[in-house]
Amino acid sequence: MSQIGVSPRGAERFWVIVLLLPTLLGLALGAFGSIAATIGISLFQWDLLSPAKWVGFDNYLALPENRNFLKALGNTALFSVIYVPATLSISLVVAVLLNQRIRGVSLFRLIYFIPVVTSPTAVGLVWTWIYSKDKGVLNAIITTFGGDPVHWLGSDMALYSVVIVNVWGAIGEGMIIFLGGLQAIPRDVYEAATIDGASRFQQFLAVTIPMLLPSIFFQAVLCTIHAFQAFDYVYILTQTGNGGSSLPMLVFNIYREGFNYFRMGNASAQSVVLAVIVLGLTLIYSRLNKRWGQQG
Amino acid sequence: MSAVTASAPATELPTTAFLAKHLRENLWFYLVLIAGGVLMVAPFVWMVSTALKPAADQFTRDLIPRQITFENFGKAWELMEFQHLVWNSFRIAALSTIGQVVTCSMGAFVFAIVRFKGRDLLFLVLLATLMVPYQMTVIPQFIIFKTFGLYGTDVPLYLPSFLGGAFGVFLLRQYFRTIPLELLEAARLDGASLFRIYWSIYLPLAKPALAALAIFAFMSSWNDLFSALIYLPSDLEKTTLPVGLALFQRLYRAQWALMMAAVIISIAPIIVAFFFAQKQFIQGFAATGIK
Repeated sequence: MSQIGVSPRGAERFWVIVLLLPTLLGLALGAFGSIAATIGISLFQWDLLSPAKWVGFDNYLALPENRNFLKALGNTALFSVIYVPATLSISLVVAVLLNQRIRGVSLFRLIYFIPVVTSPTAVGLVWTWIYSKDKGVLNAIITTFGGDPVHWLGSDMALYSVVIVNVWGAIGEGMIIFLGGLQAIPRDVYEAATIDGASRFQQFLAVTIPMLLPSIFFQAVLCTIHAFQAFDYVYILTQTGNGGSSLPMLVFNIYREGFNYFRMGNASAQSVVLAVIVLGLTLIYSRLNKRWGQQG
Repeated sequence: MSAVTASAPATELPTTAFLAKHLRENLWFYLVLIAGGVLMVAPFVWMVSTALKPAADQFTRDLIPRQITFENFGKAWELMEFQHLVWNSFRIAALSTIGQVVTCSMGAFVFAIVRFKGRDLLFLVLLATLMVPYQMTVIPQFIIFKTFGLYGTDVPLYLPSFLGGAFGVFLLRQYFRTIPLELLEAARLDGASLFRIYWSIYLPLAKPALAALAIFAFMSSWNDLFSALIYLPSDLEKTTLPVGLALFQRLYRAQWALMMAAVIISIAPIIVAFFFAQKQFIQGFAATGIK
């Protein structure tokens, strides 16, 4: 990054500090202070009523025996393993199709983008209606064709049903990011490939994918973060009468521990584990990006 | 990708033969896009269809209701006292938007045009916070707000928006960078203060980017379930639309026609805004992809 801009003189220094103050406060308190505090709190047992009690790493050591945590971790992992590749590949295909010289691009873009702007809580209710076991339209279609009704949101199927909704809601965002990347690929690369006799599919493999790799890795990082933070659709689609969930995931677990039961130390420890996993995956992606991205 | 379609001038009316050729060459693309598009809008179509059915018809499988009624909207509004939910959501989203636009533009202005030691490092650190899961910050913030007696009020829902943010600063800094530095130099020679330059030159010129950020901030706050769930009492007078809908689900189980009407009431403002300002909505999301 080059140093564009002007050097402040005299009274201008005062304005620099004033203008930068909210951002600096946000960084100090909102980001670094809070991260440090979360790590700190994870070493205590604290219900916010009685004084916090130092327990060292006990909160972490108890996690492998905490069945709710293990279940949530397993659900989150499986959710991510399906969600990330599905979202990436579908939004990539949509973006590539929209990047062809076809008509109605802005209409298609509008349609695919609607679920990104609408509230997941609200749209999640529409999906509970579609998935409803007895009267839902999905089971109605299945039984019309002679199948048996499926308990879509029961504990056996909930994960898959919820992943579908999350992917559906995220395609538009990936599509926009990939369209940006595709439009940055110079047209003459394709023209050269056409002259060499490459088919459209060969062009996709030999030109589009390699040139788009940075966008793909970037989007993979974002999707992974989204997957590990998935909450709204999960909450609405799987909430049970007693405040539990038929598909407990990590964030839901943190929410219950921290804000329903006020077990702050435990909830913090789980947050730290979540952040470490996300950080680890991000590092792996950036390694892969460095290795493959530069060959292309 | 045929060279013929690529070079056809947009202003010339396409002939039937040309259209037929275009369709033949791209048939599969259209079919896949249309099939996908149908899957994208199907839930919304079913939502509207159900909301227009009288309660007695809600379980019929007709896509076009046999009898169309608007009574579900009025009934849902009364049952949930939507005026409170809408007002709470609107007030919080408006305050969050003001906070983001004001403080992010201030920070972005400095990062865009003022040279100081460590600026680029600081900016990278700020961008890195985009990768931090919010669970890493929410617990201490909750404890702080609770300690100051703000638990149960709406302050925790908008106050953090007044502390800038990586996304908004990044979006606006990109835009500020496109404004010619000569303007700034001329104003400085005339003795204008940095604040004056920010306020009278940069803000007015950056209206499109400010609009994109404002829309993004408003939408994020309007749709935010988690914060309202942890900070606000689950009380229809005090909470926001997303929590209100979650409560609706528990209170009026299986009253689907009513529920779909409630959903439409809560997403209508964003949908209408989206149709009018599609570009600004998409711009906000596209910005995250540009590095």
